[in-house]
Amino acid sequence: MNKAFSATTARPARLRGGAIALGVGALLVVSLVGLLVGAAGIPIRGVFRALANAIPFVDIDHGLSDVELRVLFEIRLPRVVLGALVGAVLSVAGAAYQGVFRNPLADPYLLGVAAGAGLGATLALLLTETDGLVAPFAFAGGVAAVLVTYVLGRSVGGRSTITLILAGVAVAAFATAIQTYLLQSNVETIREVYSWILGRLVTVGWSEVITLLPYLVVAAAILFGSRRLLDVLSLGDEEAEGLGVNVGRVRWVIVVSATLATAAAVSVSGLIAFVGIVVPHTIRLFLGWSYRIIIPMSMLLGASFLMAADVAARTLVAPAELPIGVVTAFLGAPFFLLILRTMRGPT
Amino acid sequence: MILWEEVEVSYGGRRVLGPITLDVADGEWLGLIGPNGAGKSTLLKTAVDVVDYSGTVSRREEPLRSGLDVAWMPQRPHLPDAMGVADYVMLGRTPHLGLLTPESRHDVDTVRSALEKLDLDSFGRRPLGTLSGGEAQRAVLARALAQEAPVLLLDEPTASLDVGHAVEVLDVVDELRHREGLTVVVAAHDLTLAGRFADRLVLLSEGILAAEGSPEEVLTEETLRAHYGPGVRVIDDDDGPIVVPMRINHG
Repeated sequence: MNKAFSATTARPARLRGGAIALGVGALLVVSLVGLLVGAAGIPIRGVFRALANAIPFVDIDHGLSDVELRVLFEIRLPRVVLGALVGAVLSVAGAAYQGVFRNPLADPYLLGVAAGAGLGATLALLLTETDGLVAPFAFAGGVAAVLVTYVLGRSVGGRSTITLILAGVAVAAFATAIQTYLLQSNVETIREVYSWILGRLVTVGWSEVITLLPYLVVAAAILFGSRRLLDVLSLGDEEAEGLGVNVGRVRWVIVVSATLATAAAVSVSGLIAFVGIVVPHTIRLFLGWSYRIIIPMSMLLGASFLMAADVAARTLVAPAELPIGVVTAFLGAPFFLLILRTMRGPT
Repeated sequence: MILWEEVEVSYGGRRVLGPITLDVADGEWLGLIGPNGAGKSTLLKTAVDVVDYSGTVSRREEPLRSGLDVAWMPQRPHLPDAMGVADYVMLGRTPHLGLLTPESRHDVDTVRSALEKLDLDSFGRRPLGTLSGGEAQRAVLARALAQEAPVLLLDEPTASLDVGHAVEVLDVVDELRHREGLTVVVAAHDLTLAGRFADRLVLLSEGILAAEGSPEEVLTEETLRAHYGPGVRVIDDDDGPIVVPMRINHG
């Protein structure tokens, strides 16, 4: 018995089939609900038939009007896909930040990306008075803020990450102060800016999805490739270096890819709060400490979580819509506290 | 062999180590002793390149590859509570793994054999947070062994162990040294224990190499009192010197 027993105990932590099935199942169910629910009141049978009809070489009479088809494929579907992408990015970036900084409260907004994006969006709305340039300005603002944080943090502290985090806090406070000042002197745009800050997934179609996709794919590939290194980093910088890991370079690559993807996501979705904290920690509580599990599951469950939040945002006060950032925090916070209570124990 | 040449370390303009030139032969067990702050840990850290230093550290005239050539067991290892023992030991395979390649059969076998060598076979799934001090120390040593590096650098490996477990762990290391031809450098505060296992002792004091030689040559009252103060007594024993504390002021 000894040989067989020890053979299993020496195998590393890995993602189990059950967890993957759960994640993929949740993704499918939630995206289907997202397609079925909406203000246009398209018949459910018709949606199923139209979806089947969209599969190549399948030809089914769905009985939907052209307008209903447009709503389904040009409004609901891109919105569902965008929700999945943004949710996956925010969650996996949160998980990566928590690993790289060994800080359970780290999230994609830690190094000033949110404040910078907020300032960029505010500038775009003030300068152009349309929202066409909000996304590129928000992206540029977010990236610029993180760059400033990095340069400041590096110039002060050597191998420590604390100075980097503190520089992020300072840069965020600075950007927020400028933004508040600008809003104070231009009261008429406050409403628009706040509607962006609270987050929304209203799209004009597939263009946002296509903009976001490359960032997500690159970041997801890099973070997925780094999942084992994130486990090594949990031993601390010195011991990771002792195991031959170039900690500085690994941290830089992970932070840059997570930050770029986050900046791209928030530039189209606004500042959706709490996803990067609640999703990875829920996964930790149920599935353990290893980033081999946390990284892929964060993508799957983060996508489902944000799509579900969007369904709630669209239906709770229909025909009006709630900002999705309000939903993620309003539903996510109590949900997370509940999990913490039930799972309480050594972490 | 490992060669430190003119190695110096400074923190904020203050020199804490060196200049030191020191070599360790292949298969040798070198004991590093010295009072607190003498630079023992710092010297070990230069070999795994986790502190900035000047000078060179080389093995067989090649630059040291951190993780592959040397396995370092830190004095205060960071043990994530929830991580399983086998997963922890598997992290020792990091230097051998590519970014995308999964662990091979060989990696799993190496981990298993490291666990067996330290009597941890039944601990594979136990979270690190549930281990006793001695078990945790053995887990850290198992991780270092799993690196399959020819040189082991152990920083206070027996600090949290009672005398029985301390001897047991060092015996395991010594057996592996002979069986697998490892070179071992151990920093220690327990001078008697250091003398029992080392082929050669190096005494560091205030960052400088203060004495060097066989345990009998270095562990003398005269040498030790010069660096540790007057509260040291050395008793000669057939198996080597015994270093005991002595009260200086009798109330």
